[in-house]
Amino acid sequence: MSIGHTLLGLLESGPRHGYDLKRAFDEKFGQDRPLHYGQVYSTMSRLLKHGLVEVDGIETGGGPERKRYAITDAGITDVQRWLATPEKPEEYLQSTLYTKVVLALLTHRDAAGVLDVQRSEHLRSMRILTDRKRKGDLADQLICDHALFHLEADLRWLELTTARLDKLRAEVAA
Amino acid sequence: MSTRQWGRDLGLGFRFAFTGGREGWIRVLLTAVGVGLGVALLLLTTAIPNALSVRHTRDNDRADHTYGPVRPKAANTLVISDTDTEFHGHDVRGRLVEPEGPKAPVPPGLTAYPAAGDMVVSPALKELLGSSEGELLRARLPYRITGTITEDGLVGSRELAYYAGAKNLAPKIDGSRTARINMYGATEATPPDRMDPILILLVLVVFVVLLMPVAVFIATAVRFGGERRDRRLAALRLVGSDSRMTRRIAAGEALAGALVGLVFGTVFFLLGRQFAGSVEVVGVSAFPDYLDPSPALVTLVVLAVPAAAVLVTLFALRGVVIEPLGVVRTAKPPRRRLWWRLLLPLGGIALLAPMIGQGGSDGQFNQYLVTGGVLLLLVGVTALLPWAVEAVVARLHRGPVAWQLAVRRLQLSSGSAARMVNGIAVAVAGAVALQMLFAGVQGDYTKDTGRDITRAQMQINLSDGTPFRTAADRFRTTEGVRKAVSLGSASLGEKDWKSGPGDTTVLISGTCASLRETAQLPSCRDGDAFVATGGDDDAAVTKLARPGRVLHLDADHGAATGPDVRWTVPAGLKPAHAITSPNGTKSSAILLTPAAVPDRVDRLLDGTVYVMFDKSVPDVSEYTRNTAAKVDPFADVMVWSSTEQSKKFTSIRTGLYVGALCVLALIGTSLLVTQLEQLRERRKLLSSLMAFGTRRRTLSLSVFWQTAIPVALGLLLATVVGLTLGSVLLKMVGSSLGVDWRSVLSMTGAGAAVVLVVTALSLPPLLRLMRPEGLRTE
Amino acid sequence: MTPPPGSLLTARDLRKAYGPTVALDGAEFSIHPGEVVAIMGPSGSGKSTLLHCLAGIVPPDSGSIMYDGRELSGMSDAERSALRRSEFGFVFQFGQLVPELTCVENVALPLRLNGTPRKQAERAALTWLERLEVDDLGGKRPGEVSGGQGQRVAVARALVTAPRMVFADEPTGALDSLNGERVMELLTDAARSTNAAVVLVTHEARVAAYSDREIVVRDGKSRDMERAV
Repeated sequence: MSIGHTLLGLLESGPRHGYDLKRAFDEKFGQDRPLHYGQVYSTMSRLLKHGLVEVDGIETGGGPERKRYAITDAGITDVQRWLATPEKPEEYLQSTLYTKVVLALLTHRDAAGVLDVQRSEHLRSMRILTDRKRKGDLADQLICDHALFHLEADLRWLELTTARLDKLRAEVAA
Repeated sequence: MSTRQWGRDLGLGFRFAFTGGREGWIRVLLTAVGVGLGVALLLLTTAIPNALSVRHTRDNDRADHTYGPVRPKAANTLVISDTDTEFHGHDVRGRLVEPEGPKAPVPPGLTAYPAAGDMVVSPALKELLGSSEGELLRARLPYRITGTITEDGLVGSRELAYYAGAKNLAPKIDGSRTARINMYGATEATPPDRMDPILILLVLVVFVVLLMPVAVFIATAVRFGGERRDRRLAALRLVGSDSRMTRRIAAGEALAGALVGLVFGTVFFLLGRQFAGSVEVVGVSAFPDYLDPSPALVTLVVLAVPAAAVLVTLFALRGVVIEPLGVVRTAKPPRRRLWWRLLLPLGGIALLAPMIGQGGSDGQFNQYLVTGGVLLLLVGVTALLPWAVEAVVARLHRGPVAWQLAVRRLQLSSGSAARMVNGIAVAVAGAVALQMLFAGVQGDYTKDTGRDITRAQMQINLSDGTPFRTAADRFRTTEGVRKAVSLGSASLGEKDWKSGPGDTTVLISGTCASLRETAQLPSCRDGDAFVATGGDDDAAVTKLARPGRVLHLDADHGAATGPDVRWTVPAGLKPAHAITSPNGTKSSAILLTPAAVPDRVDRLLDGTVYVMFDKSVPDVSEYTRNTAAKVDPFADVMVWSSTEQSKKFTSIRTGLYVGALCVLALIGTSLLVTQLEQLRERRKLLSSLMAFGTRRRTLSLSVFWQTAIPVALGLLLATVVGLTLGSVLLKMVGSSLGVDWRSVLSMTGAGAAVVLVVTALSLPPLLRLMRPEGLRTE
Repeated sequence: MTPPPGSLLTARDLRKAYGPTVALDGAEFSIHPGEVVAIMGPSGSGKSTLLHCLAGIVPPDSGSIMYDGRELSGMSDAERSALRRSEFGFVFQFGQLVPELTCVENVALPLRLNGTPRKQAERAALTWLERLEVDDLGGKRPGEVSGGQGQRVAVARALVTAPRMVFADEPTGALDSLNGERVMELLTDAARSTNAAVVLVTHEARVAAYSDREIVVRDGKSRDMERAV
């Protein structure tokens, strides 16, 4: 899962301080793995270096330095590309897909489209496996079936999520 | 098996019938309507004997016997004259009345006598006279309507009847049409006519023949919606009921339909009874409350119908294994065996056989044997038909797709196909047998009247003292009348009629032209007299017609109360040769032209007018009757036909026709319901066949074949059994065997017509079901 | 509007409503000979309606369906029926075999509807039953065979006329995975060998995996995923 893209996506709704970003991230995506502030700091520096964000202002005062970050046009394009590119079908994909869907919803993009593209990618893998299975021996078939069933599980999750998009949109907006 | 468990399971099924959602309701409704129609017909049938007896009593209570002893005028007498007429084929009961004292009896239905020139009429007659259709009749009944006859003076709601007040009726008293009476009702309790054994046989067979299909129909009705029910039963097995419980629950469902059907049947019956009060069948109408079924028969119907529903269901589920996951019809049903099926009709013949040749004059049939035999023969049809359908269908092969689809379906479920046509087959078999019996017996009950309808179509007997010669002129000017001939006649006796006339002959008077209707005259001028020989009694006429011989005239129809009227045979009698006169007799008689008849004799002659008219003129017979009423209100008008049938016999046959039509309509309805249900069950399949591009024609044809094949077999079997039964019945009454092929064809044709109508009516739903909507699953 | 080059069946802007329910709302579709296209989407999305429109079973309210250079919506019911008889084949979820006919007769049915003599039709039917590995069932009735066997008979029936298009609506919906996959293998193999195009409505990914490409239908609108990526 790409923390950089996620933070960029969060910035799309408006400039934020680093600390705000961490809080928003934890709230929406980090239920079981809260972000360290250090991770935020290093990620933002990398994004700044690539010109995907810019510093909107610095607040000085007690405590740590408080920079306010804003997303650049290049940053928005980067988020868009990331969302439109299907993930390579592999295990434990859900958290990335979930993040993508929520971000798409947050930034008013076509979340169903994200899921459709992903399904198509999964199907592509399944077609390859199915083809291999048809041509191979029993061992091939068993191995391919194992992979196919896992992909199918992902696909079912995709279907279910698609069906629940409206509900999710309401919850994310809340 | 404890009764409690039975009750519980039946009750459960009962509840399922009503809680099955919309589909359950529709099923209960269909069953109920089907059973209800059958029950209504049953109740109606059980009510008919009662209705007939009520009619008989009513008719008896108002009887006015005009042939009683001659009475003097008194405070309690009245003179009544029978002026019955006919209008557009309906009988009109007419009476002219003149009470002669304050204590004159009043007939049932009246509170007081109408004044002279007024009349009291039945409601139906009032309605008729008020309508444009009754215009012609109004001219015949020139009286003012002052009241209506109430129900107890009528034998039917549609009866046409009137009592009209008259004056000076006494001179018309003749002991037949006009009389002085002092009471209404039978003078002594007359037992109803003992019916001819052959008529009883006919009535019994008619009842059995009509009721059998109704029973078959009820048995079919409780199985409506069978396939859907089977699925529900499977679900019951799934939640743990055992197979016996399931059967009882199914029986409970059928019971529910049957009970609701009883309620429906009662309602249908009450409605039908009300309706029956407003129609006339075979010239017979009834008041609704006449149709009161006897309590014993009602109890029988109420108990038998639900019991039959339960038994039929249990019987139908015999070959079915209800498994938790679906209903399995025993994979290979045992081949139907022929022997026990043949036993039924053979048993029927065996029961009837001993009675062969016992009909005729005074033979008596054992009613139980007759009923049992006919029943067994007809039940035999329902038992043989499934076997026949299976045996034939199994041998059918090849043919186009529509044929193949139909044949294969029949092969798979020949039983249900046979069940569908059982009702029609039974009805047709019975009807064919009855038709044969009727055709055979017809000869015995149809009298040749000997009248020559090419010479006259109407005969008007004028009352005493009506000048008959001038009467003919008035008929001649009536619209549509081609020819009117009037003749006067009287009997001549050898001696005074008071002491017995001795030998008698007939005197006939008329113009030369009129006389030529009864004899060939060599030449004729007014004033001539003839003696006609070559007729029925030459001996008497040659003996009496001697010039100068004094003969005695019968002045009052043999009553011999008046003075002795003498007439002397004139000289110069010319010979003539008697021919058959328009009324069918060939009389040896003395014929007189008008100038040869002295006035005092002329007045005493009975005048008769023979009328020949142009049948193409509408209402010509009504015009003629109207003229007759104007010429002589007491005239007796008779319309001739060349044959005359016993009235009882005709009404039985008409009853059969009406009943057969009702039964066929009923069966047609059940066929249609079954057909539609089958189609609905196959909705998805039909739609998918449509997706393959199957032509509508192909499927329509296959539906047609599917009905037509079993029906053709059913009709064939029905004809064979019907002809057998008919032959046995004919042998029983001792009539010669003869098959009236036209009526066989008409009965089988009616059965086939029902099938065509049903197929035609099921086509629109079929085409609708074939629409792609049937493919939609969501 | 000209169809994409080489396409056998193309649909543009299909609209269809059943009363107030909108089933298709501007759906698009196209398929090439020999191609297997899966129509996917949640239930109630209009998948089946799209298939019915494409097969000429249901006329759309508006839009165009070009099959092999002919406009389907311009044809009469009889013409469309004739087309379905001769050039299309169908497989449904529950086989929808005629229960009274034996398996061979069921398979021979489409040929006979086209006027092929019975013997010849049944010989061809037997060949197809062999190809689908169920030739031993020929004389049995559908009620006497298992679901998987019945569905193979149904596939044989769809292919017996050598159709150029096969429409399959949830063909494995009533089968377990092993039977379902075998039926899919046989169906797609047979179709590819005759260069027939297959339109496959399914909600199962592993069934859709037998396709070359998928179309997603949602709220009556279609999305061709090949072009989307």
